[in-house]
Amino acid sequence: MEARDALEMARGIGADKPPRSLRSSSPRYGEKVIKYVLVVCAVLSVLTTTAILVSLLLPTIGFFEQVSFGDFFSTESWAPNLEPPSFGVFNIIVGTLSTTLWGLIVAIPVGFLSAIYLSEYASPRVRKVIKPILEVLAGIPTVAFGVFAVTFLSPLVGDALPGFIKTPPFAAGIAGLAIGLMIVPIISSISDDAMRAVPGGLREGAYALGAGKFTVSTRVVVPAAISGIVASIVLATSRALGETMIVLLAAGKSPNLTLDPGASVQTMTAFIGTTATGDIATGTISYDTIFAVGVVLFVMTLFMNMISIRLVRKFREVYE
Amino acid sequence: MSKKWLVAVAAGALSMGIVACGGSDSGSDASGLSGTIRIDGSSTVAPLTEAVAEEFQANNPDVKVTVGTSGTGGGFEKFCAGETDINDASRAIEPEEVELCKKGGIEYGELQVANDALTVVVNPNNPVKCMTVDQLEQVWEPDSKVTNWSQIEGLQPSFDSEAAPYGPGSDSGTFDFFTEAVNGEEGAIRKDYNDVGEDDNATVTGVSGAEGGIGYFGYSFYIENEGTIKALEIDGGSGCVAPSVETAQDGSYSPLSRPLYIYPSAESLKDETTKAFLEFYVDNVNDVAEQVGFVPLTSDQQSKASDELTSLEG
Amino acid sequence: MFSGMPERTRLAASGAQATVASNLQRQRGGEQFKGNLFFALLLLAVAFALVGLIALIVQSAVKGAPAFGLNLITEGPSTINPEDAGFRPAIIGSVYLILGVILLVVPIGVGSAIYLEEYADGTKWWNRMIELNVQNLAGVPSIIYGILGLAFIVRGPLDLGFILAAGSLTLALLVLPTVILASREAIRAVPPSIRDGSLALGATQWQTIRRQVLPASIPGMATGVILAVSRALGEAAPLLLVGAAQFVTFNPQPFSSDGYSAMPVLIYNYALRPQDEFRVLAAAGVVIMLVVLLLLNSFAVWLRNRYEQQW
Repeated sequence: MEARDALEMARGIGADKPPRSLRSSSPRYGEKVIKYVLVVCAVLSVLTTTAILVSLLLPTIGFFEQVSFGDFFSTESWAPNLEPPSFGVFNIIVGTLSTTLWGLIVAIPVGFLSAIYLSEYASPRVRKVIKPILEVLAGIPTVAFGVFAVTFLSPLVGDALPGFIKTPPFAAGIAGLAIGLMIVPIISSISDDAMRAVPGGLREGAYALGAGKFTVSTRVVVPAAISGIVASIVLATSRALGETMIVLLAAGKSPNLTLDPGASVQTMTAFIGTTATGDIATGTISYDTIFAVGVVLFVMTLFMNMISIRLVRKFREVYE
Repeated sequence: MSKKWLVAVAAGALSMGIVACGGSDSGSDASGLSGTIRIDGSSTVAPLTEAVAEEFQANNPDVKVTVGTSGTGGGFEKFCAGETDINDASRAIEPEEVELCKKGGIEYGELQVANDALTVVVNPNNPVKCMTVDQLEQVWEPDSKVTNWSQIEGLQPSFDSEAAPYGPGSDSGTFDFFTEAVNGEEGAIRKDYNDVGEDDNATVTGVSGAEGGIGYFGYSFYIENEGTIKALEIDGGSGCVAPSVETAQDGSYSPLSRPLYIYPSAESLKDETTKAFLEFYVDNVNDVAEQVGFVPLTSDQQSKASDELTSLEG
Repeated sequence: MFSGMPERTRLAASGAQATVASNLQRQRGGEQFKGNLFFALLLLAVAFALVGLIALIVQSAVKGAPAFGLNLITEGPSTINPEDAGFRPAIIGSVYLILGVILLVVPIGVGSAIYLEEYADGTKWWNRMIELNVQNLAGVPSIIYGILGLAFIVRGPLDLGFILAAGSLTLALLVLPTVILASREAIRAVPPSIRDGSLALGATQWQTIRRQVLPASIPGMATGVILAVSRALGEAAPLLLVGAAQFVTFNPQPFSSDGYSAMPVLIYNYALRPQDEFRVLAAAGVVIMLVVLLLLNSFAVWLRNRYEQQW
């Protein structure tokens, strides 16, 4: 069909302009205009990044004029809005790491094993059903995970393990569980893609030598797809670091310097979320604190993203 | 293929449009009032203002009332910048905020709309019935070393359980009032308490879940959750007093009973709609106050608010 | 490709080596047992994820059931009568937000993708920078976009104020990278021979794109756009920062400064309220969102399968 369209189009052009010189045709300004419009579209994304950097950095400079680097990157308590204020950002960095860590502890085994199942064990028909269902988990609004965590998971865990949650209903581990559920499909889908990209010849070679399915999956396919698998985990980590609504609802708001899954923690995102809705006036130190924390979060996720982009590129290069 | 696509997209857009139109009221109203009234401020007062606004809008469907919950302090910052018409406040305006409003050229009035008994709540399993203000300070003061109930001096009966203090965030008027009344300085508080922001419900879940939990919030939140948490009696120097409608109204629940206010700007009162809303507010607030769990005004307080409003309208 | 060969050989060799090694020293029963145990573990992992998903859906449905009724979409929030309250202003707010996102993101996203795939010379540093930039933006946390919206769109240079359109613009920037990446995949799936054929017949580059490449890649792009839009629909964090957190009982307007609300934000607000009626409402709101999102997702999957082209 496309070929016919092309033919018709070619005919149309011919009909419009009867005799044509073999020299350069009309300059076709329209083509150029279109190209530049498209360039502008693509450049918009660069402008977005610039805008993010500018809007984060300007207030952050203002912040560090009032608070020293040493006070900010310290394990002092985190209480920017109290009297007297203190700014030990490690409290909320560790809070973020805690919910992320517990999320990964749930998501890595579940996602990784699900990916092996989808890629190596499931029949194409089962795979076609299960994979989209798992992907639904990634599409559920995070506020729904948050409500679920605080109204269902927290009481459930609280009943099963009395005393585990120090300040009910909030606990880093509960938020982590919900985050884990949310990022399972990131790990399972990308790892599944990576494993399926491993050429069949590698598997067949191993089978021919008498290996069982278990050996083929764990000794041949997984090592061959490892960069894709790691990339999926790094990507999931970046998602977990930046998650806001779940931690806002389920992790609490107490900046505790601990990795204890039963303790309530404040994450960087939760701090930004609660402080910014209070709508503090521009120019105050509380307002600038949001941006300083934003920079730390941005740098951490940027680092993760760069790693995952590299790894994905690597696993593509090997077999494509 | 591409035609089909256009049709599908158009159909989608159309159905969304129908949803949008179906929802909008186009009924005309008898009063003829219209416009927008912007309100922000205390999350403690917000439910009361929302309830009054709802009744008002039922009679005047063309009036839009927005109620934000930036906290008393956050709300005053907007109010004094002229961004809002009315500010809900769970404490009286402070000198710095008076300055701020002067700088912004905003004149305003102060109307008391309800009473509140700031209720200190603990877990139902906690045997303690009454605390003095000094004992509260031991728990909440900035350098508090109290991690267990048994460490509080003079507390009867003794209770061996880890103390888990919950409280609202520093943008909240309740926080300002409590730290001032208990710790003697506004904003001074132990740094390791469980900050629940403007989410008082988190205090309820926290205190009902942790045996040694202690928290504080407005009386209405206590009434809503009476079964799951227990209110302490407070000894402000003249014996233990339980928080209640009567003790809040007559001020005997001291030092934690407080008036709740709204601050209308003089500018907004020139607007017919806002004026009508404020009159409606003062006249009807007691009808809805109990329904949404507030301690209503006494008749003296109500007539005083009414007079204040009249003088503002001048 | 070529550079991949040694790597591939190395992997194949190591796989073979491992197999031979395990063959030489294996006890049949043990291997069988390990294999079975592993398979059970795999099923357990899949089951865990599925149970989590089902528990979330069922719990929301059960908890929200008492609130189900027409009032959910016809009524607004109510403090006095929470049992009759609903989500009308939030639903309308979300619809406007999403329409705005679509209007902004489709032309810009598709335009960028066309440039990157069809025009850009991948060896030039600036084009590589744009590519890397888009990939990185896709991974920036949504709350950072909220900060951007607050500092750049609501205040700062654009200074739109806390209006619905500012929320729309913020969400559009958030999902733009996803749309660009998905559209690029769709364009890349059109084989070069189609372009060559068209160009050989004398069509200009733009004619080739408009008449050949775009029609063939529309299903793929639409899938990407639907998935991106459903992400924007469920996103609450950036909206908290750009002003959707208000109690709004009337129908929001795109450019009015009266305030607006959106589904996920109102669910969050309801979930924070003390009365149980509101938590029931929050659960019911979650159910509404899940239904809409599942419909959108299934539509996207159906599209992908229906129009998946084999060249």
